Amino acid sequence: MIQRFADWLVYDLFGIDATSHLGEALNFFFYDSIKIILLLFIISAVMGIVNAYFPIERLRSYLTSRKLYGFQYLFASLFGAVTPFCSCSSIPLFIGFIKGGIPTGVTFAFLITSPLVNEVAIAMFLGTFGLKTTLIYTISGILLGTIGGYVMGKLKPEKYLSPWVRQIQAQSEIESEAWQAEKIPFLKRIPTIIKDAFGIVKGVLLYIIIGIGIGAAIHGYVPEGFFENYLAADNWYSVPLAVILAIPMYANAAGIVPVIQVFVAKGVPLGTAIAFMMGVVGLSLPEATMLKKVMTWKLIGIFFGVVAMFIILSGYIFNLILT
Amino acid sequence: MEIKILGTGCAGCNTLYETVKQVVNDLKIEASVIKEEDLMEIMKYNVMTLPALVIDNNVVAKGKLSPTQVKELLTK
Repeated sequence: MIQRFADWLVYDLFGIDATSHLGEALNFFFYDSIKIILLLFIISAVMGIVNAYFPIERLRSYLTSRKLYGFQYLFASLFGAVTPFCSCSSIPLFIGFIKGGIPTGVTFAFLITSPLVNEVAIAMFLGTFGLKTTLIYTISGILLGTIGGYVMGKLKPEKYLSPWVRQIQAQSEIESEAWQAEKIPFLKRIPTIIKDAFGIVKGVLLYIIIGIGIGAAIHGYVPEGFFENYLAADNWYSVPLAVILAIPMYANAAGIVPVIQVFVAKGVPLGTAIAFMMGVVGLSLPEATMLKKVMTWKLIGIFFGVVAMFIILSGYIFNLILT
Repeated sequence: MEIKILGTGCAGCNTLYETVKQVVNDLKIEASVIKEEDLMEIMKYNVMTLPALVIDNNVVAKGKLSPTQVKELLTK
C-alpha cells in the first residue's frame, strides 16, 4: 500500500521517469520515510503501554526485593531495552540503582542495553532490514547487556566509582516498601501514550528524513558491490575497524540505519554493519563525558573496552552465521 | 511557593524550565522558579527520570510535561 502510494506520488504526480536514477531514489525515499515513521509511531506507543505498567521505580524494587539467582542481569538488560532511552536520564538512573542497593554489575547491564536497544533503533531496523535482522539485533543487544554487565560486575568496578557515588553505595538500603501501582485506568492513559509516541516521532523526524535522504541518494548512485573491496567479510580487521570508527560518532539511530542499509545492499557484510551500528548508538564520547560525573576515567575505559570487545565479537559471529 | 526544575541541562529539562516560567507568568503565581543542575542535589530527591518538577520540596512530576499539565500541577 505504501509502495503504491510512493509509486503514484513520484511517477504519476511528479511525473518522473521510473527507470531514471532520480525516480528510483525519490521513490525509495518516500516509501522508506512513510514506512519508518508509521513503524516508529506504533512501536513507541507499544513501549509507552509497557512503560505505563512497568515504570523504572517498579523495576528497581523488583530487582532488590527478590532473589533472582543470576537472572537479575538478564532482567536489568531486558528492562533497559523497553525503557525509552534519554541520555539525560542515564546518570540519575545509575545513581538511583546504586542507591537502591542494586549491584554495580546489574546496573551496568541496564546501562549497556538501554541506548543499544530502543524504540527508534527497532523501528529503523524493522523498516529497513526486516524482521529477521531486527530480531537478531534486539536479542544480541539484550544478551550483550546481560553478559557485559556480568563481566563488569566480576571486574569489581566499585573502587573506580567517584567518591560521592561510593558514599551513596555504602549508605544504600534495600527499599522495603512495595512499589505502589498508580491506579489509572487504561483508557485514561491512552491520550498520554499517543502524545508521547508523537513526541518521540517528532523528536527524531528530521534525523530520519536526513538519514533516508542520504541513503536514497547513495542507493541510486553507488554501483553494486562498491564496498566489497574495502569492507569484505574476509578482511579480519573490518569488524574492529567499524567499531572503532563508530565510537566517536554520535549519530542518532534514526539517522544511521538507512545509511547502513545502503552499505549492506552494496556489499558490506551484515555482521560488520550491525557491529558498526551498535558502536554508534551504544558507545559514544558524549556519554563518556556524562559518565565522568559518577565514575573515574579508568572505569569508563574498562566499560567501553568490555562493551566494544563484545560488540566486535558479535560482529564476527554474525558474519559467520549470516553469510 | 518554591518551584524547582531538576535537570542536568538536556533539551527536555530546558523546555520544562521555560514552560514553568511561562505558566508562572501567565497565571501570575507568586513563586520562585529555580533550575537545579547540580547532580548531587538532584539525587537527594531520589528521582530516576529527568526532568523532574519539585514544588515546595515535593517531587510532583517526572518526565516531560505539557503546559496544560504544568498549569494543573501549579494550581492544585
